[in-house]
Amino acid sequence: MRVEPYEKVWMALSAVMLLGFLGAISVSVFVHGISLPGATPRLDPRTVPQEPHFASPGIYQTAPGEYEVYLVSMLWSFVPNEIRVPAGARVTFYAISQDVTHGLAIHGTNLNLMLIPGLVGTGTAKFDKPGEYLFICHEYCGLAHQTMAGKVIVEAKP
Amino acid sequence: MFAGDDRLVRWHLFIAFVALAIGGLFGPLQALNRMGISLYPVLGITYYQGLTLHGVLVALVWTTFFICGFLVFVTVRSLDQPLTQRAAAWIAFWLMLVGVGAAGYAILTNQATVLYTFYPPLRAHPAFYIGLTLVVVGTWILSAVLFMTYRRWRGQNPAKATPFMAFAALVTFILWDIATIGVAAEMLFQLIPWSLGWIGGIDALLARTLFWYFGHPLVYFWLLPAYLSWYAMLPKQAGGRLFSDPMARLAFLLLLVFSVPVGFHHQFADPGIGHGWKGLHTILTFSVAFPSLLTAFNVIASLEIGGRARGGTGLFGWILRLPWGEPSFAAQALAILLFAFGGVGGFINASYNLNLIVHNTAWVPGHLHLTVGSAVTLTFAGIAYWLIPLLTGRQLWHRGLALAQVYLWFFGMALFSFGMHWAGVLGQPRRTDMATAVYRLAEWEVPDIFTGVGGVILFLSLILLIVEVALTAFFARRAPVAEMPLARRCLARLRFGSGSWERLFLSVSYFQE
Ligand code: HEM
Ligand SMILES: [Cu+2]
Ligand SMILES: [Cu+2]
Repeated sequence: MRVEPYEKVWMALSAVMLLGFLGAISVSVFVHGISLPGATPRLDPRTVPQEPHFASPGIYQTAPGEYEVYLVSMLWSFVPNEIRVPAGARVTFYAISQDVTHGLAIHGTNLNLMLIPGLVGTGTAKFDKPGEYLFICHEYCGLAHQTMAGKVIVEAKP
Repeated sequence: MFAGDDRLVRWHLFIAFVALAIGGLFGPLQALNRMGISLYPVLGITYYQGLTLHGVLVALVWTTFFICGFLVFVTVRSLDQPLTQRAAAWIAFWLMLVGVGAAGYAILTNQATVLYTFYPPLRAHPAFYIGLTLVVVGTWILSAVLFMTYRRWRGQNPAKATPFMAFAALVTFILWDIATIGVAAEMLFQLIPWSLGWIGGIDALLARTLFWYFGHPLVYFWLLPAYLSWYAMLPKQAGGRLFSDPMARLAFLLLLVFSVPVGFHHQFADPGIGHGWKGLHTILTFSVAFPSLLTAFNVIASLEIGGRARGGTGLFGWILRLPWGEPSFAAQALAILLFAFGGVGGFINASYNLNLIVHNTAWVPGHLHLTVGSAVTLTFAGIAYWLIPLLTGRQLWHRGLALAQVYLWFFGMALFSFGMHWAGVLGQPRRTDMATAVYRLAEWEVPDIFTGVGGVILFLSLILLIVEVALTAFFARRAPVAEMPLARRCLARLRFGSGSWERLFLSVSYFQE
């Protein structure tokens, strides 16, 4: 097949560009540790909310500056919907849905998760600056979807 | 010879434009809603019912009906062969229409406010799922008719190369048939029995995965007919030729192969899917960009030939000489320009890491209006400007009006999509009744103005489009039947090497000159 010389150059540049993008993504993943939710076991959506942590959702300190949040989403609220941590806290979220599919996005962080019935969504965010961080359900979940929100309150260290 | 087939094409286009007109009504309401202006209480419906209508009518019905009509048209013309089973094609059309009616009934009665992606466990009336399934079945029948027509042609012309347009149309339908297996399985094994109460629970993640197995190739089903027009017709309208026919075919084949295994890039934020799969689909998604980059080169080179033939000189001077005053050309050229931005955004969406910033934000509808809402819709408008006169034996009703439509769309879309992308980067969610949201951040105010103003301009353009098309189809002056713009090729003769890849390509595309 005859390919014009300019077109060959274009194809080569395209390939280099695409490989460059993939390279940059690899760096962000393997060097900077950007991580997405991964494989998790499929659970029975009816019983997950009864598991000990999700039956009493809330914030748990696991080490100095380290917290775990067990978050339950439902039509149309989050429990808890107010989370207080000191500045500098590293918070790992374990979040589930009790009914339909919801979402969780925390403003000002990279945390962006789907909450699908039967799956525990996990993500970590670090809160360095004091202030209020809005979190919202970002997946349409019915009529009052736009009212489903909460906040992380990051308090300045005394 | 084609009178019967043209009737079928006209009906498809008619339904397509009706769907666009009704679905489009909600566009400006949604855009204004982001600015805080909600007209929904006045209309007595919810934001989400309107959004379901918008998504289903413009993204599913408008595109599918237009594409089915257009691909029938180009296949029969380029093979010079009427449909072999026209009755079956009509059955397909009626099935699709009944399907749209059933789904429409469910949406209009507010029993299917589940948006056009219908993720369970949100539940819709069974008529919604059954209706959409009928639409898919109809397209399967139509694609079978096109394959049979091609077979007949091949039987009569064993040694000829498949004409490019027929080749492109068939590849598009093969892609569609493979893709729709996913959504058909979701409908038949999950949603329909579940909505009828025959099965109790539903696996939400599996449903999402089946949906996106279909959902990403779906975007290529929208796009390939536009590519077809850019390759086979636009060069002629620009006064040039198709730069490279074999590269165009190669692009179609690569799109066919790579478009299938990429659906997980819509599920980067889903738990329950392994990192390996997400990484693999990132790589495959970047691969599927390659044929689109080939298309960019080939189409722009073809336009350059046209611009130079019209007296343009210099590195970029030829661009000015292109027929920017012809609505059909201008629509498609501007569609390509908007698509370039859509493509850049697409790289960001597909990036394993950056997707975290934009997933489910206003960025995504910002992106998809550049792609399906412009690259596809504006190209289809451009096609309609020559196709409808050809089908009805009338003149384009008003050239200036059509031209105004095209440029308004371009400027409206530039503002609108800029606002949406910007708000998205600032974390504004998509698919949300923002006017009554309990959170409205100050930083979203300025982007929302772009969105709202752009949306209103877009709507004006849409009204002009519908008026122009309707008046052309039913009231314009009769004129001698126009010709279809058909580009000639530069590389008409191919010199194939003897490598095994080239032999494979040769046999797949029946290129036997
Ligand atoms: C009159 C011009 C239009 C305007 C002003 C407009 C505006 C909008 C807005 C603001 C949204 C976002 C809604 C939200 O996420 O809350 C949206 C969604 C959407 N639009 Fe349009 N639109 C227009 C035409 C079109 C066209 C021509 C197409 C495609 C052919 C299209 C396809 C879509 C799709 C697929 C969605 C996503 C629906 C969903 O998330 O469920 N729109 N539109
Ligand atoms: Cu929600
Ligand atoms: Cu996709």
